[in-house]
Amino acid sequence: MTDPNLSASQPLPQKPKKTESSISQREKSEGADPVGTQAAELSTVYEEGLEVKARSQWQLAFGRFLRHKLAVASLILLLLIFAAGIFAGQIAPYSFREQVPLDARLAPTLEGQHYFGTDVLGRDYFSRTLFGIQTSIRVALLVALLSTLIGTVIGSISGYFGGWIDNLLMRFVDLILTLPILAVLLVIAALAGQGSPTRVAIILALFFWTTLARIIRGNFLSLREKEYVEAAKASGASDMRIIFRHMLPNSFGPIIVNATLIVATAILVEATLSFLGFGVQPPTPALGKLIDDNRGFMSSLPWLVIAPGATIVAMVLCINFVGDGLRDALDPTQRRLRA
Amino acid sequence: MPEPVLSIRDLVVDFGTEDGVVHAVDGVSYDIHPGETLGVVGESGSGKSVTVMSILGLIPQPPGRIVRGEAFFKGVDLLKVNKRELREIRGKDIAMIFQDPMTSLNPVFTVGDQIAEAMEVHDSSLNDDRLRAKAIELLELVGVPNAQRRVDQYPHEYSGGMRQRAMIAMSIANQPSLLIADEPTTALDVTIQAQILEVMKTAQRETNAATIMITHDLGIIAEMADRVVVMYAGHVVEVGDVGTIFHRPRHPYTLGLMNSLPRLEVDERWLKPIPGQPPSMINLPPGCPFHPRCELFQGREACRTERPPLDPIESQHHRAACHFKHELKNETSKFAQEGAAS
Repeated sequence: MTDPNLSASQPLPQKPKKTESSISQREKSEGADPVGTQAAELSTVYEEGLEVKARSQWQLAFGRFLRHKLAVASLILLLLIFAAGIFAGQIAPYSFREQVPLDARLAPTLEGQHYFGTDVLGRDYFSRTLFGIQTSIRVALLVALLSTLIGTVIGSISGYFGGWIDNLLMRFVDLILTLPILAVLLVIAALAGQGSPTRVAIILALFFWTTLARIIRGNFLSLREKEYVEAAKASGASDMRIIFRHMLPNSFGPIIVNATLIVATAILVEATLSFLGFGVQPPTPALGKLIDDNRGFMSSLPWLVIAPGATIVAMVLCINFVGDGLRDALDPTQRRLRA
Repeated sequence: MPEPVLSIRDLVVDFGTEDGVVHAVDGVSYDIHPGETLGVVGESGSGKSVTVMSILGLIPQPPGRIVRGEAFFKGVDLLKVNKRELREIRGKDIAMIFQDPMTSLNPVFTVGDQIAEAMEVHDSSLNDDRLRAKAIELLELVGVPNAQRRVDQYPHEYSGGMRQRAMIAMSIANQPSLLIADEPTTALDVTIQAQILEVMKTAQRETNAATIMITHDLGIIAEMADRVVVMYAGHVVEVGDVGTIFHRPRHPYTLGLMNSLPRLEVDERWLKPIPGQPPSMINLPPGCPFHPRCELFQGREACRTERPPLDPIESQHHRAACHFKHELKNETSKFAQEGAAS
């Protein structure tokens, strides 16, 4: 058999030196090490020769994600849309309320940068859509953040401690899940009126944490029985330490996937609410509101509905594909990807 | 004789199940002295693990319930201290090595992080560099090759034997005075088992810790233990030096165990099992729990009605719980017979 070290190290002259030095290092510490020293030297040589790279779970997951072409493409498109929304103030050629009566009812054109056309008042719809995206993102990301926080905390407590705490929290979750969300949201909006993006987000988050709480609870129930959790207990770790250091990091996969999907749902629900006139307070533009404003011009000025509508669809689709890719990437038991 | 490190007295642990109450541990007492290795043998369900898990507060309660008993460790009764105090003892003064190294390490952290954590939990004054250096030192001690690099690897990059070495490194990180190894080699293949036992001996030498070695493998007991506790159905049936237990057991169950082992040197056509089945832990036979399977029983009243005490034979160090142990006075196991023959 050929020596893998020799053949690998010949083209790289600096390699043998490195190997020697690590062997002599080992010799110094040999006194305390009666076991496996020979094996140690052997594998030092062997590993230096082959350059085996240690990869963390995140690196592995990232590698798996990159192989998911559709998800990568969606992520790129999504980042572009998000960047456009976040920097709407810099990118948009017009402000969202600026009216140019002479340019009213224009079809999409490159002239005057009216890429998505203009409405009856001469407002530029490219700009309005960009600001609409900004509102959507603000609401959706805040909803995802808040509901992930609430869901994780409640799910962890429920799953880790079990017993009556679990029972109480889960019945509360059941209660929220039985409520018809849209109806309740409409009632709240009707009572409290329209609000700022932040208020809409907080209200949505109060309904969206339940799925994650259930997922985390289920995950914790199975993690609780894992031997490394018992080993952590046996080594004197406190409850909080076990939850945060050992169990939560092992639940990151479902948490991230769920957060992604909540962003998509939040965009849709926010658009629905705005469409129905119960969402974000005008004049702050919202994509749902843009569609609602121009329902009547569907036949004469169809781009005014298509542009914000297509934007919503594109964002939600992209997020779902990214979520799909993340789910595959973060599940270490799944080796092969779907086509 | 020096003060025992751990002294378990009359421990009773029940588990409530749908079919009734399981008396998993029923009046167990034993001591372990500084620096010694105590082997605890028994078949599955004999209560050998539950005994140590319950004194560390690691059995789920409910369904588990510690009915009574004492477990003195350095003058403190572990069954009376509060949760926080017990947590401080766990992993610091009493460390545990688990059966399955494949699942006992957290997959999302590097091995080095996990060894460091074991130290950090009990001593927050150590900084990251110091922790890392100590982790490398420990990995070298337990014979993980290339520890400098291995310390930053994840458990999935370790083989089963290497993981068990890492677990041992974690357990001795805080210089415990008592190590509890719960079937440390059961999940490993035979060649690795020998290496791991070697590492355990090294670890023991380094820390000078007393060790409780829980196993059902009599070979490991013969290899490692100084003294042996034999358990059956939640009871201690015999305690003694390893030589005494192997050569001149005075409890019919121990004798049966020893004689059931196949020997390479002896030409045997059949294995000699102990007749009958282990008893149901819910309806333990009254009197001596072993009597339905016992050769000495022969229908005698005492075996059926009276629980035999764990009384000394000849010396204080050898005790057996059998009413008729004197009838085994001249019995020897086949180990002793071989020894005499050769």
